[in-house]
Amino acid sequence: MTAIVNVFLKEGVLDPQGKAAHHALDSLGFEGVKDVRIGKQIVLQLEADDKAKAEAEVKEMCETLLANTVIEDYTIEIK
Amino acid sequence: MKVAVLRFPGTNCEFDTQYAFEKLGHTTELVWHEKEALPSDIDLVVVPGGFSYGDYLRSGSIARFSPVMKAVKAYAEDGGKVLGICNGFQILTEAHMLPGALKRNNNLHFISKHQTLRVENSDNAFLNQCKPGEVLNIPIAHADGNYYIDDEGLADLEKNGQVLLRYCDAEGNRVVVNGSVTSIAGICNKEKNVFGLMPHPERALESILGSEDGIKMLKGFDA
Repeated sequence: MTAIVNVFLKEGVLDPQGKAAHHALDSLGFEGVKDVRIGKQIVLQLEADDKAKAEAEVKEMCETLLANTVIEDYTIEIK
Repeated sequence: MKVAVLRFPGTNCEFDTQYAFEKLGHTTELVWHEKEALPSDIDLVVVPGGFSYGDYLRSGSIARFSPVMKAVKAYAEDGGKVLGICNGFQILTEAHMLPGALKRNNNLHFISKHQTLRVENSDNAFLNQCKPGEVLNIPIAHADGNYYIDDEGLADLEKNGQVLLRYCDAEGNRVVVNGSVTSIAGICNKEKNVFGLMPHPERALESILGSEDGIKMLKGFDA
């Protein structure tokens, strides 16, 4: 089973990398980009075969280590 | 006074920190991160600067789970004094021993220079040799020093006198250096025994190297 965790800075927390990329896209002439947010993707290969259990475990991993919930939000996708 | 200086894989300011406290007449002991206990006769724990665990995932996020950090947490909960400098500040926020978090600098650069700082609150075990409003000249060297805390958290910091230092110009007016909320450079916890700052007082001990204002700061712990 694979867990895909996406971690992004929370809405309202300024994302300096996203802002720089947005600025660069503007400079390159790409129009109509309203916002750019840069996050990170963490892919975990799990031994588990119970999807709900795996999701609960990955959630705990996010809360403990993978995300800093003071500034970041995360999403979990189990495949 | 005896000072425990922690050492993680990737720490690189431990010897400067030892030099600083020894110059002030104290004894120091390096404590490897795998140790589960701190030396019994210490008066202060310093979490020094560097790049613990290569700053992987987030600065300080992995070091906070080192065995020694459990002992540091217990030491602080018991009223012991803890100082985190630069990466040490990042580790203490990740460990939730200090509120808020440190993000990438808003200009995405590693900033390394001398920087003036304004003392905001000196009624604590750290900055008691300084006066509120006083301007200090201390080096900074970081990529992730952009302090973030939400509005409610900021109001608490202000109310409790937990803001220690802000980035300022030579006259003491706030300046934007790395994007920190209200230009915050250093804070302490509510109990005022855990301190964190991005600037490096241990690098400001000799006027020939640009400033000796660090002496005034570090002296406070022994006052």
